[in-house]
Amino acid sequence: MSLASSHDVPLIEVRGLGRAFGSRRRRVWAVDDVSFRVPRGEILCLVGESGCGKTTTGKLIAGLLRPSRGEVRFEGQDIWKIERKSFKRYRTAVQLIHQDPYASLNPMQTVYEIITAPLFRHNLVSSRAHAWERCLELFHIVGLTPPEDLLRKHPHELSGGQRQRVSVARALTVNPSFIVADEAVSMVDVSIRVSLLSMLGRLRDEFGVTFLFITHDLALAKYFAWDGRIAVMYVGDIIEISDTPRLVNDPQHPYTQALLSAVPEADPELTRNKRRIALRSQDIPSLQNLPPGCRFHPRCPRFVEGLCDVEPPALLETGDGREVACHLVVRQEALA
Amino acid sequence: MEGTIVQQLPWSKGQAEEALLSVRDMWIEYQAARGAVKAVRGVDFDIFPGESMALIGESGCGKTTLGLGIIRLLVKTAEIVRGQVIYRRDGSAVDVRSMDEEQLRQFRWQDCAMVFQSALSAFNPVLRIRDQMYETVKAHRSASRAEVTEIAYPLLRRVQLEPERVLRAYPHELSGGMRQRVLIAMALLLNPPMIILDEPTTALDILTQRTIIDLLRALQSDFRFAMMFISHDLSLAAELANHVATMYAGCIVEYGTVNQIFYEPHHPYTLGLIKAVPTVTGDFQDLSSIAGSPPDLIDLPLGCKFHVRCPFATRRCEEEEPELMHIGPEHAAACFYTDEVERQADRAWEEIRNPQGAFA
Repeated sequence: MSLASSHDVPLIEVRGLGRAFGSRRRRVWAVDDVSFRVPRGEILCLVGESGCGKTTTGKLIAGLLRPSRGEVRFEGQDIWKIERKSFKRYRTAVQLIHQDPYASLNPMQTVYEIITAPLFRHNLVSSRAHAWERCLELFHIVGLTPPEDLLRKHPHELSGGQRQRVSVARALTVNPSFIVADEAVSMVDVSIRVSLLSMLGRLRDEFGVTFLFITHDLALAKYFAWDGRIAVMYVGDIIEISDTPRLVNDPQHPYTQALLSAVPEADPELTRNKRRIALRSQDIPSLQNLPPGCRFHPRCPRFVEGLCDVEPPALLETGDGREVACHLVVRQEALA
Repeated sequence: MEGTIVQQLPWSKGQAEEALLSVRDMWIEYQAARGAVKAVRGVDFDIFPGESMALIGESGCGKTTLGLGIIRLLVKTAEIVRGQVIYRRDGSAVDVRSMDEEQLRQFRWQDCAMVFQSALSAFNPVLRIRDQMYETVKAHRSASRAEVTEIAYPLLRRVQLEPERVLRAYPHELSGGMRQRVLIAMALLLNPPMIILDEPTTALDILTQRTIIDLLRALQSDFRFAMMFISHDLSLAAELANHVATMYAGCIVEYGTVNQIFYEPHHPYTLGLIKAVPTVTGDFQDLSSIAGSPPDLIDLPLGCKFHVRCPFATRRCEEEEPELMHIGPEHAAACFYTDEVERQADRAWEEIRNPQGAFA
């Protein structure tokens, strides 16, 4: 953050990003029109319900999926327009941590083989002794002890928390500057979640790693990105982006408000006395049959006929650094 | 009836004879190649009519095994080694363990229904919901299809579903939240006095979770069934439970009212769980995780099973396993250092209520 240039060119920027699936006749846009920037060393959390397009967005940013429209810029350059060599460099600079460490680690390989494969592949180590040394170093960073024993084990011999630490260690082998963590702690027991999150937080503090943290759990997003930002997605679009404290304590978009009011909290008095926002409908619209205008209007408690069901709202800055896609919030701002 | 007299638990809310279900000294083991997996080790509790009890704990602590053990739906490799499961209805008491197949079949669903964790695999994929409901009722009494439809309609409406559409649908045609609601409606078909719910909201989206929680609360006040729900999610307990039992390594390590468990925990494991879970509302709060991981249930450590991970542990904890001890009205904990834990819990809540976070 000290360099002026890092302000001008964010590490990651996506513009009008969209991705469609299906045949030409039955196309659905899983991600519709997403734009945001993540400056170096920052955390952006992407939250939303299942099917809202957050994982697809993560894959588009990691370069695993090609966008149907829009662009993903890394250090100012469109990753699909750069030459092969730079694209390869991009793929090592951006690493993905998946939700399920059972599925993302090869069960036939030992932990040593899992960790050293990328080291040898990218010529990051000169010898076996060097590779071993690097493993010990990485295990120290992700808090896996005793490394000598664990390196000889297979994934099934590890606990869920240890497995997820191995995934993180593998991601770190190539010294990434950007990590996309997709529900990275959702499968881990609550008692060890926090230590995993702190470990990820240290990667940012000590090595300056930038994060896109994808989760459906708003409380986790709040904890992990308290000094970062949260973007809320709904049916393929971002409907609100704000710094975390204001997003969780003063949400602007009716959907964000409804989500936050619905979250059950681990505090009986707090959770039983929370003000609830009732929605007009329980049904999430189908991507094949989207409502006109604002995609949230059939459920929105503040729906205004003739406005919300006609014109889709754009994600606009509200003047205080927040971005909201809602006609009513914009109107309110204009009145204020 | 001989064999159905149970020992009174000092921390129980009332007389054991008034409880709907009393579980005493329940031990369940799985046979594995390496030896016996001691999944449930001496569990005692009572559930009273209309009550809602949460069984919370991490994966592998034995909570689902305990739930399945109560209705005797354990897999073949599991065995109830010891214990009583006394169920009382209309003034008579019966030990579920002594029931024959036919009695068991009646007991399940009519007396105690269970809503399983994975809503999709709980259905028969090739039967329409209408037929699943019909078969469920028919297994217990003679009923015509028209009769079952008549019962199903108001129930499905009660769980906010369109009966015409849902009854015609196959399970895969419904969303996760809808399936969960159909399962709840099916559990209520025979109006059972007790329902066991295994992770009823896990894997559901926030707004769907909210619907299920509010629905369960409303249904319980309408139908007055007792509810035992199994969850790793503390917030579900905070929402719905009157009483909470914390399980660790096969034992209940703390039992109390929902407020006691959350605001005055006396077991270091309960306290650890509370300090590990963030809330959405309010300021930043510092969290801490519990060091280490749950023990190997085949080769359990000596003494208190939590001592390896416990910040309060002393030499005594390594040698001696504390029993669940009565520490106040309706409150019990299995720890030698409950006073110290309580003091730290007070401090923890103090910090949560008045955070001095750097970001404030």
